[in-house]
Amino acid sequence: MGRSRKLYVAVGLLLPAHLLVLGASFLSPYDPDVQNRALPFVPPTRPHWVDARGKWHLLPFVYAYMALPDGFAAYEPDTKRAFPVRFFVNSPRQQPVGGTYSRYHLFGTDEGGRIFLLGTDRYGRDQLSRLLYGGRVSLMTGFIAAVLSVGLGLLLGSVAGFYGGVIDGAMMRFSDLFLALPWLYVLFAFRAFLPLRTPPRESFTLLIMIIGLIGWARPARLIRGSVLSAKNRNYVLAARGFGASDAYLLQRHILPQTVGIVVTQAGLLIPHYILAEVALSYLGLGIGEPTPSLGNMLAEVQIQSIMSSHWWMLLPGVALIPLVAGYYSLAEVLHQRAGLIHD
Amino acid sequence: MTYFRKTQPHHTMIQRLLTLTLGGYVISVFACVMWSGLVTPRPIFCASAQEPLIAEGEVGRYGGRLVVAERTEPRTLNPITAVDLASRDIIRRLNADLIHINCHTQQTEPALAKLWKVSADGRRYTLELRRGLRFSDGHPFSADDVLFSFRVYLDESIHAPQRDLLTVAGEPIRVDKLGPYTLQFELAQPYAAAERIFDSVAILPLHLLERVYQEGKLSTAWSLQTPADQIAGLGPFRFKTYVPGQHLLLERNPYYWKVDRKANQLPYLHEIDFLFVGNQDVQAMRFQAGETDVISGLSAESFSALEARRHDGNYRLYDLGPGLEYDFLFFNLNSLAPGAAAEVVRKQRWFRELKFRQAVSSAIDRAAIVRLVYHGRAAPLWSHVTPGNRLWLNSSLPRPDYSLARARTLLKSAGFHWDSKGNLADANGETVQFSIITSSGNAPRAQIATMVQSDLAQLGMDVNVIPLESRSVVDRVFKTHDYDVCMLGLVSGDTDPNPEMNVWLSGGSMHLWNLVERQPELPWEAEIDRLMREQSTRLNLKARKRLYDRVQVLVQENLPLICIVSPDVLAGGKSDLGNFTPTILGDYTLWNVEQIFLRQH
Repeated sequence: MGRSRKLYVAVGLLLPAHLLVLGASFLSPYDPDVQNRALPFVPPTRPHWVDARGKWHLLPFVYAYMALPDGFAAYEPDTKRAFPVRFFVNSPRQQPVGGTYSRYHLFGTDEGGRIFLLGTDRYGRDQLSRLLYGGRVSLMTGFIAAVLSVGLGLLLGSVAGFYGGVIDGAMMRFSDLFLALPWLYVLFAFRAFLPLRTPPRESFTLLIMIIGLIGWARPARLIRGSVLSAKNRNYVLAARGFGASDAYLLQRHILPQTVGIVVTQAGLLIPHYILAEVALSYLGLGIGEPTPSLGNMLAEVQIQSIMSSHWWMLLPGVALIPLVAGYYSLAEVLHQRAGLIHD
Repeated sequence: MTYFRKTQPHHTMIQRLLTLTLGGYVISVFACVMWSGLVTPRPIFCASAQEPLIAEGEVGRYGGRLVVAERTEPRTLNPITAVDLASRDIIRRLNADLIHINCHTQQTEPALAKLWKVSADGRRYTLELRRGLRFSDGHPFSADDVLFSFRVYLDESIHAPQRDLLTVAGEPIRVDKLGPYTLQFELAQPYAAAERIFDSVAILPLHLLERVYQEGKLSTAWSLQTPADQIAGLGPFRFKTYVPGQHLLLERNPYYWKVDRKANQLPYLHEIDFLFVGNQDVQAMRFQAGETDVISGLSAESFSALEARRHDGNYRLYDLGPGLEYDFLFFNLNSLAPGAAAEVVRKQRWFRELKFRQAVSSAIDRAAIVRLVYHGRAAPLWSHVTPGNRLWLNSSLPRPDYSLARARTLLKSAGFHWDSKGNLADANGETVQFSIITSSGNAPRAQIATMVQSDLAQLGMDVNVIPLESRSVVDRVFKTHDYDVCMLGLVSGDTDPNPEMNVWLSGGSMHLWNLVERQPELPWEAEIDRLMREQSTRLNLKARKRLYDRVQVLVQENLPLICIVSPDVLAGGKSDLGNFTPTILGDYTLWNVEQIFLRQH
């Protein structure tokens, strides 16, 4: 695959995903934590254009759910109660969710009807709304943690590479230690030590910090190598001969050489950290209820019978595929652009 | 259409001989298979007891292996040190008790003791043992084994969990041997239903364990690595092999002392194979695939899934209704030392307020929890005695409806108010925020906590749910007391209130909400202490019931535990199992394993 085609693939996968999660408060029809206890495990709602009498409608409509008397979470559409799908509905929420607030929502139905395009979970919470908000949480975790890791790696790697000697030796041994750590277990340990009363938002921030701060060693090593080779180039030595300061040399001649590595590492680390958040939340150590994240949404399907009888509960896992694939394609394109590998 | 005709080969002498030999071999193998299928090998019978116990039930047929999947591996085969469920499930098959609680009738019945007499003052029990019984290694059983067993259980240095049960009014039971088959048990004071305390107290073989006991090595004896010939009991089965990570095999005890109505020696099964499968999902899948014969402790999800896939009717499922488990929330009401866990102490101002606890109870939508978490296979609870315990349940207790309005009124009358954002705040203006810890390994309880969190959010309470590893929950509740609210469940081993003494008495080892108190701090706690003590000494059942009914009223009124739900006991067994009658007591399915038989094997 050519470089430009890979770029199209990456952008094609990532741009819609990011737009969707950024617009979560507008695109999601309901609050992600509102429970509809009469409607657990509702299958995805099917919009209809033709009603029970065979009459066509210009705008789609949905039927109300009718719980079947025999069996738990068994439903059928009540064809006597149809609700038109409305667009740009005005339904203010009680409180802003996830830091954003939207008075209007892309779609919804009239009072009494429910539209769950991706079904509901055990508590009757709308999976689409949770997926959009949860995707935002997971993406943000990946993005911020990657910035932290690469930032720290850039600082420590460039200092180690530029000054060399004892500083370099000490820092690299320290990075060896971090590389050798089984990071998942370290995260478990960190999470277990968090105070009990850490509210969800703070625990989320701490989780990001922990994930980000653990992963600095790899980018630091790569950046150190790049700095080491750059600092012995003739033009750098010449600049030093003309009396250039360390700060000037780093800023003008050396750090620009590391841009390729920094960007590529960020591209690689984002999906890595998204998956780390998913793993932690899946195991109950990440973002706590009721805040959604792709990991804690997937935690429900640990129960085999739920996975096999309510397929829509697996959708957060499906949503991970384009995100991870997109970021890895992007990292590869950036890698090539930086001249680190060739087509 | 074209047919190809195969040309007949020319049989040489060698080929014919070969054909004959192979033919003979096939016929003999076939005959062997048929023989083994038609004729079940007879089990080994050794000397049967002179005074066997005749077990009621269908007369079965011998043979076969019962396969059971356990979630975890046992840790030991030692009845004195076993505390985990997996070990106890296996140990129960290897040992027997003097007097047994029949899980089906919930009444006591003779076991190793063929009869017992109670003195007029209710303090002395004289037990007459069956004669001619032998341990599973063939060694004769006598009163000395019973004497030794009780000496071990009551020895403080052994730390046997049974010691608590065998201690009445702070005094351990005194055991005297009156004859080779007669024993007397003397209690410090009259104790109601005292014969029930003999249930599940395994009688140990003196000839195998005396030396180990004298050497002080009893707590490490009978591990899973101990050779099978060094372990013996009076149960229906004896230990055969153990393969770590895979399975543990028991074989029938040829000296067992129960017979069926036609005097056939029990048990019918040749072997029981306990497989270790790791989790409940695998347990259910292997049962569904027909690889295991019985399953118990099913979750509502697994039960529904098995029910939906029961096409060919090769297994039966049993919803036995609410068992003896009760799941509840409790607030940290421990009187903490000054300076310790200041944050908890601050919140205890709310927790100690009765109206606050009542508001929380009123705001919990129990019906929704039953529906969503247990698919309707549970009963909502307002006190700690479950509907499964029909004998002791106080059926006149009110069952207040879920009511947010009532909860708000209660909070308002206790001085709480709501700020402009709808958050609940106390009279000092502090917003009400606390966390609920729960065991991450127990999915239903974590789900209940999530629903409670959502219910309480409607009252403006900011609640965090924190799933922790179960050891960490136990640590916080029992040792550090560093938690706000905890979601737990208890399962009583018996319907009788006496085993629950340590939960309700101040200073009891399971007095969860206030483990540091030695003396009752509040009048209602003092009343519960008095009632529990009194009911344990009354010998009249009606009088005991009246006292325990009052305890239930006090628990409901004062809410040291906010009881939420009692899950149904869900079990399953293959259709061809005979005498398979799961119950809500004990380990649900194998309580009468000596009578269970396979109709086809």
